Amino acid sequence: MSAGLTTAPAAAAARVRPRVPFGSVAAVAVAALTLVPLGFVLVASAGAGPAEAGALLFRARVGELLLNTVGLVLATTTACAVVGTAAAWVVVRTAVPGRPVWLALLAAPLAVPAFVNSYAWVSLTPAVEGFAGAVLITTLSYYPFVALPVAAVLRGLDPVHEESARALGLGPVAAVRRAVLPLLRPAVLGGALLVGLHLLAEFGALQMLRFPTFTTAIYDAYEATFAGPAATLLAAVLVLLCLVLLVGELRLAGRARLARVGSGAARLRPPRPLGRATPLALAGLAALVVLALGVPLGVLGRWLVEGSSTAFPLVELGAATLTTLGLAAGCAVLTTLLALPVAWVAVRRRGRLIRIVERSSFIGSSLPGIVVALALVTVAVRGLPVIYQTTALLLVAYAILFLPRTMVALRAALAQVPPELDDAARSLGVRPAGVLARVTLPLVARGLGAGSALVFLAVVTELTATLLLAPIGTDTLATEFWGHADAVAYGAAAPYAALMVLLSAPAAYLLTRRGIPEAVS
Amino acid sequence: MRVSRGVIGLVVGALLLAGCGSAGPPEPATVTLYNAQHEDLAQEWVRDFTARTGIRVEVRNGDDSELANQIVQEGQASPADVFITENSPAMSLVSDRGLFAPVEPAALGQVPPQFRSAANDWVGIAARSTVLVYNPRLLPADQLPRSIMDLAGPQWQGRVGFPPGGADFQAIVSAVAATRGEAATGQWLQGLETNGRLYQSNTATMRAVNAGEIPAGIIYHYYWSKDRAEAGANSANAELHYFGNQDPGAFLSTSGGGVLRSSDTPREAQALVAYLNGPDGQRVLANSTALEYTVNPAVPSNPRLPPIAQLGAPPIDPNALDGPRTVQMMQQAGLL
Repeated sequence: MSAGLTTAPAAAAARVRPRVPFGSVAAVAVAALTLVPLGFVLVASAGAGPAEAGALLFRARVGELLLNTVGLVLATTTACAVVGTAAAWVVVRTAVPGRPVWLALLAAPLAVPAFVNSYAWVSLTPAVEGFAGAVLITTLSYYPFVALPVAAVLRGLDPVHEESARALGLGPVAAVRRAVLPLLRPAVLGGALLVGLHLLAEFGALQMLRFPTFTTAIYDAYEATFAGPAATLLAAVLVLLCLVLLVGELRLAGRARLARVGSGAARLRPPRPLGRATPLALAGLAALVVLALGVPLGVLGRWLVEGSSTAFPLVELGAATLTTLGLAAGCAVLTTLLALPVAWVAVRRRGRLIRIVERSSFIGSSLPGIVVALALVTVAVRGLPVIYQTTALLLVAYAILFLPRTMVALRAALAQVPPELDDAARSLGVRPAGVLARVTLPLVARGLGAGSALVFLAVVTELTATLLLAPIGTDTLATEFWGHADAVAYGAAAPYAALMVLLSAPAAYLLTRRGIPEAVS
Repeated sequence: MRVSRGVIGLVVGALLLAGCGSAGPPEPATVTLYNAQHEDLAQEWVRDFTARTGIRVEVRNGDDSELANQIVQEGQASPADVFITENSPAMSLVSDRGLFAPVEPAALGQVPPQFRSAANDWVGIAARSTVLVYNPRLLPADQLPRSIMDLAGPQWQGRVGFPPGGADFQAIVSAVAATRGEAATGQWLQGLETNGRLYQSNTATMRAVNAGEIPAGIIYHYYWSKDRAEAGANSANAELHYFGNQDPGAFLSTSGGGVLRSSDTPREAQALVAYLNGPDGQRVLANSTALEYTVNPAVPSNPRLPPIAQLGAPPIDPNALDGPRTVQMMQQAGLL
């Protein structure tokens, strides 16, 4: 602890044996692991010769992909921001009948993976193929990322802002625009950023709609040429787009002060009566829920009934479920082990390096699964063939992608544990490992559980990295679903989709309770 | 104390899980099959082969070029013993790198030369014919193209679909290049890029033709044959046009099988390949729902199919089809 007032610095240095801070070393190692995909993209793009890179990058097809990808991100994030904010507004601030039910229903599409939603729509009508359909379906899948945080902010908002604006002479619309919307901005932008990152990473939903983006093109290039320059150069462009999105969000979020001094207790405000607009609001909410939840679940139900009349592959279904659950549990354990040192260092130590380490563990997860998988395939095949085609490598990919889910929960929990407890335990003769096991871990167990649950459920619906990295004979619910749906065997795909929805439902519930930003990073 | 034991359990569990992909010595008589053929057909083959020989087969499923490239990357360390594909460009890729062991004479002799590599390092196990699937309501039979090359012409704008991402279509392109040369193939691809609607798979293409979304599509014959043999849900309104006349569009694609040089069970691996194109394996193929052509003359193909002799396929050395070059040409044309 402290050197004491009377001890000279030199004596202190002599007394405290220099020892390697294990936690910090482990944290740096974890951060380095999460930076592997980014490093791979940089090295691989630099390694491709300028002529080859030019021929692969500057061609009409890449222009088309860029147009498609950027267009989809712009259109869908905008649509999600509008739909999500409007829906949250109606449910939280107005007296629309059945508010708690609507709130749950608004979040429920989170339980339907986007590629299952896409499958349902496309098996209903091929008219959803292409840009318009892609915007419609991704909006229906991702608007909760905006709606939930906005609803959370709206619930906590003091009505005094709007009332003061009105009292100072603004009309009802102008008061909302100038006094309320700015307060919603961080929630809307944060949600939109999540939507954007998900869109850049989305593979299954868009592939099924025949709408090519960088992610689907990387997959096609991987299938045609394995992990060659054709795939890695497209991955480099995709990573650039991710960075543009991340930086753009930081810029847009701005530095305006949103807090106020002495906030006091917010007055509870009665929900705004809708009067004659009630049927309109109800119709809007109902339409949203029918499109986002009714269509996928209805179509899934239909295929289940039709599919089960022919054959219900109980053995394959059981095997895929067990494999999926095993991988998910393994990943939950692994991310916990990896997140512990990083979270501990982030909470207990200060300094620039520590901040960099903590932040960098988020970078891997904001990269699309396909980039992470491509990086690990290449690194394993070239440098560490022993781990290629092993479950271990797949788990590492999952861990890189989903580490922040555990990290955020664990950090919050650790921050509540006073360091003095460690010191007390040490002074009573417990060794550092014992402190971790007997003092720290029991105190953060709840946070750890929540984080692990989120990781668990993210693994259940992971498709892209699993397609590239799953070893011989490893079929998950997602890859089995994809195999059937890709062959247009809609009935055969349905049971796998239904199981994924069932297993994802608890995640959706958790997300509504904990709030999106905290849970998904 | 209980807590720390729990922690140890967690750690041990994680290590076990992390290691389980590579743990456990493989059983000696297990052959690892990298399978790019249709999973259900491969399953029927493997089941029958194991029943006859007692040799167990572990199957890794994937697509032609994905698995071929994987084998190339894995090199000597590849866990694969046998590789089977839907098309031959993926076989030539592995053959070019010298990764195949010579096929034993017994298996070589079971198929005519047109269905095996000139380097004798892989053999045909099945064959499939290129066809134009068309919707007679949108494309009357008298307006059918005489050659697959015609589809690049302006009269086909927006009227033809195909799945460029898959190994099947890429094999067809490589056959066009082998018969007509690169320059003509490049122009043809440009025309297809202008005219075509791109689909995800053969089935998706056929389904779109059947639904009247597009008048015609380039696929292999058996997708239609299989669907017709079942309920015809995706093919009832569609018919097949065989180009014939040694047209590149009459290309008969050879599905290949070969033994990896790096195999640690070469005897069992050779036995599997000899089984696949031998009478037993070919009978499984002929009697299956796969509806691909047999390549062993001793076993006739499924009677539902037009006889192989009537297809008028162009003569092509299956080991000369250049997959990587085909992909490059398709990239240049903007199809990939």
